[in-house]
Amino acid sequence: METFLTYLYVFLVGGFVCMLGQILVIKTSLTSARILVSFVLLGVILEATTLYDYIYSFAKSGISVPIIGFGASLAKGAILASKTKGVLGVFTGGLEATAGGITAAVIFAFVFALIFKAKTKKS
Amino acid sequence: MLKERKEQTIVFKNKPRIIGNYSIVGPKEGKGPFGKMFDYVMKDDFFGEKTYEKAERKMLEHAIFGATDKAKLNPKDIDMLVCGDLLNQIITSSYAARAYDISYLGIFSACSAMALSIGIGASMVNAGYFQNVACATSSHFSTAERQFRFPLELGNQRPPTSQWTCTASGCTVISSEGRGPYIDSVTFGKVMDFGISDVNNMGAAMAPAAMETMISVFHDTKTTPDDYDLIITGDLGKLGAEILMDLMEQQGYKLRENYCDCGQMMFYYDQNVLMGGSGCGCSASIFNSYVIERLKTGQLKNVLYIATGALLSTTSCQQGESVPGIAHAIVVKSNVVTKSKTITKKEKNKIANKVEKQLSKFKSEEN
Amino acid sequence: MDYTKRNIKYNEYVNSKIPKTRSWPSLFYAFIVGGLICMIGQGIGDGIRAIWPDLAGNAVSNYVSIILIFIASFLTGIGVYDRIGAFAGAGSIVPITGFSNSITSPAMDFKNEGIIFGLCVKMFSIAGPVIVIGVLSSAIVGLIYLFL
Repeated sequence: METFLTYLYVFLVGGFVCMLGQILVIKTSLTSARILVSFVLLGVILEATTLYDYIYSFAKSGISVPIIGFGASLAKGAILASKTKGVLGVFTGGLEATAGGITAAVIFAFVFALIFKAKTKKS
Repeated sequence: MLKERKEQTIVFKNKPRIIGNYSIVGPKEGKGPFGKMFDYVMKDDFFGEKTYEKAERKMLEHAIFGATDKAKLNPKDIDMLVCGDLLNQIITSSYAARAYDISYLGIFSACSAMALSIGIGASMVNAGYFQNVACATSSHFSTAERQFRFPLELGNQRPPTSQWTCTASGCTVISSEGRGPYIDSVTFGKVMDFGISDVNNMGAAMAPAAMETMISVFHDTKTTPDDYDLIITGDLGKLGAEILMDLMEQQGYKLRENYCDCGQMMFYYDQNVLMGGSGCGCSASIFNSYVIERLKTGQLKNVLYIATGALLSTTSCQQGESVPGIAHAIVVKSNVVTKSKTITKKEKNKIANKVEKQLSKFKSEEN
Repeated sequence: MDYTKRNIKYNEYVNSKIPKTRSWPSLFYAFIVGGLICMIGQGIGDGIRAIWPDLAGNAVSNYVSIILIFIASFLTGIGVYDRIGAFAGAGSIVPITGFSNSITSPAMDFKNEGIIFGLCVKMFSIAGPVIVIGVLSSAIVGLIYLFL
């Protein structure tokens, strides 16, 4: 029952975040790059105000899979490292925490770009 | 050799004739309402080439060869080539012209390149400087999308006012001799900018330019919309065509059933193209297939063709500039009375094969 | 003639002509697809936790991101992701998979211009600002916390 509730929350919160993005697309006709940027910024702000941890406590992947989670890990890394390492932590913390995601994106993009060829849009 | 100038319109006294026409389109366009009219429908967007740019170039070469072949000429008989396309530094035209031993005039006028090239070509022929001039344009969805919008595989939604750049190419051969439809007049348009800055709403940006050119055609030649069998605009799309009809009505001209827009004609509604087709190949392919064939058989006698173009670049729109529009018009007339037989599919394939063979032969000769 | 006035009038007229699309279906699709992607992420996380129970929570969420990025990159490669995107809109842009798609798609597109100047240079043409803004704002937040 508990797992079911968790998944329900994940679905609802994740869907709601994406719906917010879609509202932005329709109302302001933003391009996808700007949507991503504004949601990363939102993630950083949520983490800085500790709201992110509160949402994560029940929504789990519903808030960490959207790009908000990426922004939150950046901010979390920077905050933690700034406390332990001081000024150096401000510079190294953010990317250290998200290095896995960025490296994965670069590696897979490189490999698949070499393998596959871009096709014309069908619709 | 004298020409009569009335403001923007040049009326040709020597009747430059259209002796050759050829159109080639991509698979998606081939499934549209005019799919059967085109001379050649490509099976895939690569056209046997490695990149989309090379495919577009091959399409243009193919179209030029096809048109000269239909005119029963050798490419060496062509005196001049007038070409234009959408890509930066008009690379498609220049690289396609490399394959021919002809003087080449590269033009850029965005999607209105077909009418402009025919206008220039017909002026040259009318003046007697050249005998045969080939006018061609091409556009390719994938190259245009890469240059002006987003990468092809990016998962984004197209805004509701956007149009689909047609994968198409067309070529017209104009000659001082021969039979067939002739070009009566050309009107070179003005650049109009009504302050539309939405890159995804090209129809609205181009409609004022189309209106301006259309009014000067009617004014200069003392005609009304009803005098023409068919009025076609380049690629305004559904929204742009509606705006144009409203604008023309405000100016006192009512466009009736004889008005059509190539962007709307190119695709069926359910082909998911939103406002319709765009790109210089869109009107070029319909003009070189449906319109000229009908003019040849005499089913159409008097056609006003207005190609419209949005003169934007990615740099200018990133700097927040609005999108200027341009439109050029040509009037094509036909005095053919007899009905010639229509070309069957078999004959069409025959011509396409012949063109292919000649093209490879010509290239090997070059080497 | 006053051009500014004419342009404003024309813009207003054009905006009134633009067909109003129904936004409810697209919101619904974005909701469903976005929710599903998050649920897949949760499922992967739970799977990893079940197999390696000793892993720290941080490592699990990193693995989840990496696996989702891999899936999205692969779907982009075989030409499926842009179709999902055309259907779901922001539903497939906002999740981390959209970030992956926006890196893989320009890389694929500009392969023909060469590995270095095409693929590598253009790779971040869409996702670049995401990393720039993210790093910049996180550094600012870190700096603020340093002095708190």
